[in-house]
Amino acid sequence: MSLMELRQVTKSFGAIHALNGVDLKLEPGEAVGLMGDNGAGKSTLMKIIAGNFPPTTGEIRIENKRVHFTKPIDARENGIEIVYQDLALCDNLTAGANVFLGRELKRGIWPFRKLDHQAMNTRAGELFGELKSETRPRDLVKQMSGGQRQAVAIARTRLSEPKLVLMDEPTAAISVRQVAEVLNLIKRLKDQGHAVILVSHRMPDVFEVCDRVAVLRRGTKVADKKINDTSPEEVTGLIIGAIQAA
Amino acid sequence: MTDNTQTPQDAHDKTVQTPSIDHAAIDESITLRQEVSGIGAILRTQPFWVFVAIFAIGVVMTFVSDAFLTERNMFNITRNMAFFGIMALGMSAVICTAGIDLSVGSLMGLCAINLALVLQAGWGVEVGFLACMFTAAVVGFINGVLIAYVRLAPFVVTLGMLAMSRSIAMVISNNKMVYEFGPDQDLFEQIGGGSLLGVPNVVWVLTAMTLFFLWVWRYSQWGRWVIAIGGNAHAAKLSGIPVERVIVSVYMVCSMCTGVAAFMFIGYTGSATNGMGATYELNVIAASVIGGANLMGGVVYALGAPIGAALVELIRNSLLLAGIPALWQQFFVGLFLILAVLLEQLRNRGGK
Repeated sequence: MSLMELRQVTKSFGAIHALNGVDLKLEPGEAVGLMGDNGAGKSTLMKIIAGNFPPTTGEIRIENKRVHFTKPIDARENGIEIVYQDLALCDNLTAGANVFLGRELKRGIWPFRKLDHQAMNTRAGELFGELKSETRPRDLVKQMSGGQRQAVAIARTRLSEPKLVLMDEPTAAISVRQVAEVLNLIKRLKDQGHAVILVSHRMPDVFEVCDRVAVLRRGTKVADKKINDTSPEEVTGLIIGAIQAA
Repeated sequence: MTDNTQTPQDAHDKTVQTPSIDHAAIDESITLRQEVSGIGAILRTQPFWVFVAIFAIGVVMTFVSDAFLTERNMFNITRNMAFFGIMALGMSAVICTAGIDLSVGSLMGLCAINLALVLQAGWGVEVGFLACMFTAAVVGFINGVLIAYVRLAPFVVTLGMLAMSRSIAMVISNNKMVYEFGPDQDLFEQIGGGSLLGVPNVVWVLTAMTLFFLWVWRYSQWGRWVIAIGGNAHAAKLSGIPVERVIVSVYMVCSMCTGVAAFMFIGYTGSATNGMGATYELNVIAASVIGGANLMGGVVYALGAPIGAALVELIRNSLLLAGIPALWQQFFVGLFLILAVLLEQLRNRGGK
């Protein structure tokens, strides 16, 4: 049984067809790289899975049950967590506060119910530890490096033990040293049994951490191959259209 | 002769290495930064430095005027600042979401008139208080809905509300002053104007509300959400925080703080006019900003509101006692406002 399955997903914005009948299947613990040129439909597909908007036609199935997402919370409730490209962190809060943003732990009885800072920081510390990141829960996010910020965003997704983590260009805006750090974080996610969809422009990243690569071109999936059965050259050809399909 | 042993290859390496920046070291120094705790954290806050300024002005004033440190004068200063302090507590919440509420001054007038008319009609103090708070809640709700759901700019919405509330207050009161407060008149004026243990009642109210907001900003989920929205509203939304509902509640909280201030203020002055609270919004915003609220949002201190209000009132009082013409008052309030913002800018630059 597949973890998540997209069947013939189509999305049109008026006369523009962003996606034409895309199928995509994911097994538990599998990492799939989603590649394509700008405008190929990567972000549209991401946003459909993330629940930002529903597909025009086609269906999303999670563990063989059809689901309907209309807002990001719906996706989260179905075990899909998203790491956004801008990370969606509040700079003015601590790392621990960001991990628990929107689902704070509380203790005591109403009306004296208060935030349990201790428990949240302890749990956040454990999550950072599992990711082998040196991020400290009480530090302000404002003062963190790109790699640490990624760790915070990724730790946040682990809070609910999600089935699938969606990552949008996690290595786009950080230094080379931090890229290695982030790729390690992704491997940790896989080790812990989470399926990962990695949207990226960077060929080396996809080939390092993913088991499979899916290529989109002009809203159509033109290839879906095991990493071992393909090569960066072939994928590049597929992305730019030099190779029609594989 | 070490220079001679250097091969051209070595020299080449050197020229490549020299201009490169040691990113690892930069990363390291960023990693070593952390949230300062204890005394260090207090030293970094705006309210602390404003408090130092208040203390300094106080010390100077004891030499300038014998009347300054009298019980009578302290009583007056704390009472006068308390009205602004209560309003600034709510204003700080609004400013924390990167919003602004210009309507608080007019709202005070509207609350005052509604409260006074309800009391004049023969109702008790409790009913008057509820009418006052209800008026405030409705105005705050309208502000909040227009800002959060219709997505109009807070400045424009509350500027419109400033004009509208004042006008409604004039219409309802038929432009007359009210000084008959019905059967509970004595009790009502005792609440607003009286004192307990030598401290004005309104100062007790301010103290209780400040403690409450201290708790809210530190321990409540609502407080955490308001701060998160001020930091990054988009991120807050994606995290599942009901951003629109929280923003509406923030404007209602701000208005209801004004409602409390209006209730106490009318009891203290013993009369209600529809002109009450005119231009107060400027002093309240000044008090909040001097107390450390950042108009870009994401920063709030419960103690900032009373401390900022105290500084504004202290300036007024000091000028008066020092014999400087009252015409200078607004100049100094404005000067300190700009100094406060400048101080914050300097601290931010130093911190990064």
